Order: sequence, then C-alpha cells, then structure tokens
Amino acid sequence: MTKVSMTIDGVRYEDEVEPRMLLVHYLREVAGRTGTPIGCDTSNCGACTVLLNGLSAKSCSVLAVQADGGEITTIQGLADGEWHPLQHAFHEEHALQCGYCTPGMIMAAADLLRDNPNPTEQEVREGLEGNLCRCTGYQNIVRAVLRAAGGSGGVVPPRRTESEGVAS
Amino acid sequence: MTVTTEIGKARARKEDARLVTGQTNWTDNIKLPGMAHIVFLRSPMAHARITSVDVSAARGAPGVIAAFSGADFADEQGSLPCAWPVTPDIVIPNHLPMAIEEVRYVGEIVAAVVARDHYAAADALELIDVDYEPLPPVLDMEAALTEGTPKVHEAGNKSFEWVFTNGDVDAAFRDAPVVMERTYRQQRLIPEAMEPRATVGAVVGDEVTLWSATQVPHVLRFLLAAVLGIPEQNLRVIAPDVGGGFGSKLQVTAEEFLTVLIARRLGRPVKWTESRSEGNLAVHHGRDQIQRIKVAADRDGRLRGLSVDLLADMGAYLMLVTPGVPLLGAFMFNAIYKMDAYSFKCTGVFTTKVSTDAYRGAGRPEATYAIEHAMDDLAAELGVDPLELRKRNWITHEEFPYTTIAGLTYDSGNYEAATAKAVELFGYDDLRKEQAERRASGDPVQLGIGISTFTEMCGLAPSRILGQLAYGAGGWEHAAIRMLPTGKVEVVTGSSAHGQGHETAWSQIVADRLGVPFEDVRVLHGDTQVAPKGMDTYGSRSLTVGGIAVVGACDKVIDKARAIAAGLLEVSPDDLEWTPGRWSVRGDPDQSKTIAEISLATFAAHNLPDGVEPSLDSEATYDPNNFSFPHGTHLCAVEVDTETGQVSIRSYVAVDDVGVVVNPLIVEGQVHGGIAQGIAQALYEEAVYDADGNLQTTTLADYLVPSAADLPTFVTDRTQTPSTTNPLGVKGVGEAGTIASTPAVVDAVIDALRPFGVRDIQMPCTSERVWRAINEAKGAAR
Repeated sequence: MTKVSMTIDGVRYEDEVEPRMLLVHYLREVAGRTGTPIGCDTSNCGACTVLLNGLSAKSCSVLAVQADGGEITTIQGLADGEWHPLQHAFHEEHALQCGYCTPGMIMAAADLLRDNPNPTEQEVREGLEGNLCRCTGYQNIVRAVLRAAGGSGGVVPPRRTESEGVAS
Repeated sequence: MTVTTEIGKARARKEDARLVTGQTNWTDNIKLPGMAHIVFLRSPMAHARITSVDVSAARGAPGVIAAFSGADFADEQGSLPCAWPVTPDIVIPNHLPMAIEEVRYVGEIVAAVVARDHYAAADALELIDVDYEPLPPVLDMEAALTEGTPKVHEAGNKSFEWVFTNGDVDAAFRDAPVVMERTYRQQRLIPEAMEPRATVGAVVGDEVTLWSATQVPHVLRFLLAAVLGIPEQNLRVIAPDVGGGFGSKLQVTAEEFLTVLIARRLGRPVKWTESRSEGNLAVHHGRDQIQRIKVAADRDGRLRGLSVDLLADMGAYLMLVTPGVPLLGAFMFNAIYKMDAYSFKCTGVFTTKVSTDAYRGAGRPEATYAIEHAMDDLAAELGVDPLELRKRNWITHEEFPYTTIAGLTYDSGNYEAATAKAVELFGYDDLRKEQAERRASGDPVQLGIGISTFTEMCGLAPSRILGQLAYGAGGWEHAAIRMLPTGKVEVVTGSSAHGQGHETAWSQIVADRLGVPFEDVRVLHGDTQVAPKGMDTYGSRSLTVGGIAVVGACDKVIDKARAIAAGLLEVSPDDLEWTPGRWSVRGDPDQSKTIAEISLATFAAHNLPDGVEPSLDSEATYDPNNFSFPHGTHLCAVEVDTETGQVSIRSYVAVDDVGVVVNPLIVEGQVHGGIAQGIAQALYEEAVYDADGNLQTTTLADYLVPSAADLPTFVTDRTQTPSTTNPLGVKGVGEAGTIASTPAVVDAVIDALRPFGVRDIQMPCTSERVWRAINEAKGAAR
C-alpha cells in the first residue's frame, strides 16, 4: 500500500492505496466522488475525464499514485456556487440525453476552452474527439461548447426547426 | 376550449440538473453495507464441452468470499427466457445463466468469484481452472444450414422458419417485364450504450431487491418471478438512472439472474459491473442478416411484387425477443410503396456467437435499408431518377388510411410534402448538376446522392396484434396521477426512461391537460415499488403508448374533480365546464374552483358530496388500436475520393414527420442521435469474429463508434401530419433517424461510384472497401 494525498474538488484526501489502483477507482470507490463514471477500459470513451492540475486527463489511464500531490477537479467540483457556463450551455442546448458521457464531455470541453477560448465548430469537433457520446450525434454538444465560449470564432449553428427560443 | 401552452414548447429538460452536476444515480454508484463484488469468468472458446471447473484455489484467495461454477446453481438457475416463440415448432434451446456442460460462444459465463472488492475478485478469477474439450465453431449462416455442418445445438442449426404472403406473388413475377434480384448483408453491430451494464442484488428476509441498468424493470421482475420462482410480491426491481440502452438493455440477462442467486446464497448484497470489453462479448448484438431480395416491376418502374428471403443470425441462444426482431421487419420491407404481391420468409439460424436481439430500430432498419437500397438499384437499372421512381410508387396523401400489402393500415402521412421540403433544403437539383459536372470532368473526388423516403412502425404495440404474432406479453402501458394536497402533481409512468426525457415531456403533457404549471409536476418511474405496472421502454413506444396512458389518467382526475367541484360550488356537475386548471359554472366563470383548490378540499374531505370518495388520484392503462407511422425523407450527399476510397459526408438533410411534437428540443435530439447511429452502421461499425469464433472488436479501439470529428452537422426539419390513432396525434421518434439514415449514406456512396461500375459495397463502407470496390469494378471493366 502506498500513501497518497491529493485535493479533490477543494477537499484534501489522504489514503493508503494499492499502487495499481486507477485514479478513477480512487475517485469513485475511496473518495466517493461518483460523479465521474467509467465507460470503457481502453481510454477511448473519455467518460472519466477530470482536470488534473488544470489539464484534462482520462482518470482511467492515470494511477492514483501518479496523482499524488495533485489537484483534481471533477464534474462535482466544477460549479462554483453557480453552475459553470458549460453546465448551463449543455442544459439549454439539450447537449445530453442519457448523460453518461456528460461529466467527461464537460470536463474535456472546459480544457478545450482553456486552451482555445474561441474555437471554430471544426476545432470543437476535433477537440472532443477523445470523448464518445452514443445519444446526441454530437450536434448539440458542439453547439453548447460554442455557446459557452461565447466568442465570435464559433458561430452557433442556427436551429432549422421551430424550436428556437428554448424555455428553461 | 383547449389552451395548449406546453405541448410544442422547447423545454430544456428537468433531468439535466442531476446529470450535468455529477449527481446521477447510476447502478455502479450504489454502495450497500457489507456489499461484495462479483466478477464472472467467461468462456474463451466459441464452442466446447466443459470437462471440469475447479474453483477451489480461487476460494482460498485473499478477500474472496465465494467462488461458484455452474454446477453450484444447477438446481435453481433455470433457463433464460425467450418471450417470443414465433412459430409453434421453433427450437428454443435451454439457456443456462451459468454454463455447466457446454459453452457456445466466447463470453458465455462459466464461473464467478465474489470478493470484498472488485480488484480481489478479478485477481482470484485467474486461479479458476477450467478444462475445455473444443468443439467446432459454427460461424457462417449459410454453411450452418447445409447438411453435415457441425451443430450448435443437438436439435440442429435452424431455429425457425416464418413466412408471410399476400397477393399472387408467382403471377407478379411471372408477368413482370423487369425482375431484379439482389443480396444484401446487414453486418453485426454492437449497441454500445455508454453506461456498461451493472447490477446490485440484496436479499433481506424474503424481500429480494435487484437494481439493474435495464430498460425493462417490469418485464425483468415478472420473468425473475416466473423463472426463478421468487414470489412476485417479494421482488422489487429498480432501474435507477440508466445510461442509454438502444435495445441492449431490453433484455433479461444471465448476470441479473446470477446476481439475485448469489445475493440469496450469500445473504449479503452483491454488485456486478461489466467492463466495456466484457460487454462487447456478452451484451446482445444487433442486425446480422443476409437479405435476398427480388423485385418485380413494370418498365416505367411501377412495382408489382416483392419477395424477401432472410437469413437471420440468432447467435447461440434465443434471448428475450431474439427471433421476433427480424419479423418486425416483415411489415416494413414494402415501406411506403404500393404493390400487388409480397412474400416474406425468415429463417432463424444458430451460430456460435453471442445472441442478437433488439438494437435501435429492431428489424425496421434492416428492412428499410433493403427496400431503399433496392429502389436506388432499380432506378439505376431503369435509368430513372431515384426520387422519380419513388414518386411513381408511394402512397399519395389522399390515399390514407391505406392498408399495405403487408397488412398494416397506415393511418396518415404525406410523403410528397416531406420530400418536397427535403429536396428544397438539400438543393437537390444543384447537387445533381454538380455531380454531372464532376463526372464529366473526371474529378478524382466524385459526388454521390442517397435518398431514403422511409416510414416505420412505432408504439409497440396493440396487444391483439402481439398475440397474433405469438409474443409473450401485451403492448399496453400504465400511468397514474397522484394529486397532492397542495395542488402539485405526481405522475407515475410504467415507461422506464434511460435518456429520453420522460420527466420533461410527461410534465408538459400533464401541465396542459390539468392546467397546472410545468414546474408543479414530478414524474416517477423505474422502480416497481413506485411504478408497479408497466411494459417499459423500447420500440418508440413511450410517448405513443405511455404518453397516452398519462392523458387517460389526467382525464380521470378531471372527471373526479368535477363532482367535488360541484359540491363545493353547490351546483349540479352538469352545470360545470372545464378549462385547463379549473371547473367553472357555465355562464358564470367567476364561480369556479381551481384544480389546486379542489385538491385541498379533497384532502380535507369535510364536505364532499355523498358517495364521492376523498381522492382525485387515478390510474389508466392504454392499449393502442394501431401502430403509429412516422415517416420522412432523408437526403445525403457524400464526396468520395476515388484514389483513396475516403468517404466524407458533405451534407445531410432530414425532414421527419413524427406527428404532433411535444418537445421539439427532445425530438431534434432523438433525430440527431438516430442519424448518427445509422451513419455508424453505414460507414464505421462492425462486430467481427475470427475463424475460431473470437470477437475481434472487443474494445472501442476496434469497434469504431464515431466521434464528433467523424460526423457532419445535420440539417433537420419537420412536416407535421398528426397521427389519427391516438388523442395527442403523436407518432414516436426514438428510432426514426437510425432507420432512415443508413440507406441514405450507403446509396450516396454507391451513387458516386456507379459510373465506375460499382453496384454495391458491403457495410461499413470503409475507405479500404470503397477503394477495393472501385478497383475491382475497374478491373472487371478492363
């Protein structure tokens, strides 16, 4: 067993873990932060994406011991009293259905916008390539990320149907 | 007067608050005191006799609580049920949750370890020693049916043969000036819901509780009771938040049975969660058909007859609705077209692969692909524009209701309107012009256009028809309304949501019907103790069946409220009129009682009229008279690089007619996601087994679920022809996109390459397959 200490969503944790324990299992099973789900076992789906020291990381491909001393933000720590603009945008643009990919998708998008605050639609599509969604066809996810960016580079594609003007 | 304020409004969803903040209650999040973890050992052999299973070393491993082989459950595990014995002489093999003597696909469960945590269980799994005596795998459907082929089951490799005929098929083909024959192949697909399956079982005294990532908690409860003999009243099934299904969680699984049996045996709660690579092996697959199609037509393209001969891969066992899935297609091959005669035959074939079963569309995408693909082929043979060929054959809007050659009565539709709108949005004529120019100039990047003028059947299903098709249950849905003293409303629905947005859409329906604020409605579902009756969620049935049950329950509340309001207002019930939200004295609208006032008065029950019970609550069960028939026109333009085989979608237009729309945001989302899954079949996805029967696509690195970068922005729009078969005029939208899009994309690819002599490409149309098709056609032309 190895001692690890890290800050998760603003709270400091210290635990003894097996060196082989994945960070995502540490988050879910030890720290009880179950907002971060697991969607695959080959780091393809991105459902478990968190911010590790400010950068997006798939927490299934990091060992808990590698995160020792680190600062982690999960979907549960993203809101700062108020929802994060991405959480608002995902809700308002209907960018989720079952919601299983959503935590990872939002965390990956947060890192994308940190890196490129004003992305084009294509840059959003390519930037989220490592996160899979089976429900939405991605269209509203792309729209939500562009809306959260709020810049001029990303033009939110207009809705073609009479569904403009979302009531919240 | 009906004031509609909520139906049709693009409400952002109530469900989202917990989903975007990580407060979701997935099954894998559940932790119970003393809970142990199950890991299953699965067969690495496609077909083998089990000669011994030794779990003793695993039992002694650190942290291990128990280890089991199939023999440990021989007396109690029963056989996993197939609810759809489609013919009287169908072969339904015994299907043990945990194999004992023989395994018939890679991934079949042979043993289990239960330990304090998942890591310890996984470690101990490696200590289990299983001896197998290999038997020959059976992987090819056509070979499986030939004499002398090794058998999957003692009874042989044929499960059933199901036929349907209407009209004089022989005459239609005998006299036809044009007869076209084609064989298409529906590749095997893996549903890949993002949430892997998970279960938690707890047995306390005689109370058994199973949490499962399922689409069908009610069906599961009934079948656990029926097969395992657990008294139904002691059994509670909970589907907490469920992360997508697409049919893959419309199942009653070995893992669910074994979770209950192990929890009972050990007297402690247990959890099982699968990994993605385990799920790809063991979650049922979809599609996998060989479709032999014969079309008879006049020279001008008018259809005379259609003959369909299907081979459908069942996999090793028949699961919940395995044999019924291809038969749903039987009613859809004729699609929106008129013809004189139709015959359908389906042979269900056993192979040593995991079972097939429902996957988004379930039978209808397969049928729609075949007929739309055949229409494009026929148009090419006749030298007619494929849109024009469709117009010559489709049912015109004046002809509804129309009884098709497959025997269904389509109540309504307007194929002309949807097509006209799609053609305009797409810029069809301009794209055809550009295509001609590129062909003429020999552009290495060719343009192709694919068309899908589809319909489908939603709202499974009239119980009477299910009975005729030998299905094991009815097709009704249940709802209840509970009026709370403060005037707020609880809606209980038997339709178990897993991403669709029932909590929002049902709130909109109830808000309109009862005249209460949207925010005042809470929707409850997915727990047999809370929502005791239901047929669950699949087949685009939630709104068209479950939503109508909600309407029925609202109407009963309104009716009960009338008598109570009459008492409060001291008038006769006949003197009252309803406007959403209140009963008023006719001619004196100031004299009225709101539904909230009536609720509070009912709760107090101080001065109710004689004989009136102090309750506004209601229950309703709705059994549809007919299916609903959404339709639409999807148009796809692709660019194909003829030097590399690379296909890219240039534009995609979908005009869907799903009848009255309750929430356009949700409808649009369903269409987007559906189109993406259909495109995935056309271009990316295929479950591949090697010659020994090993699945090669066990991970998301090998099985290519498309990412955001692989898909275009879709242009979606609607026409609205209300369904006449239900009081809301709704049709269902959950599967339409998937049903429509696959042929549109594949036909666009082939359309781009017809000048090269390419006539067909096996899905998925990967760059390699497209490149090979071009080069083989060029070689043949030389």
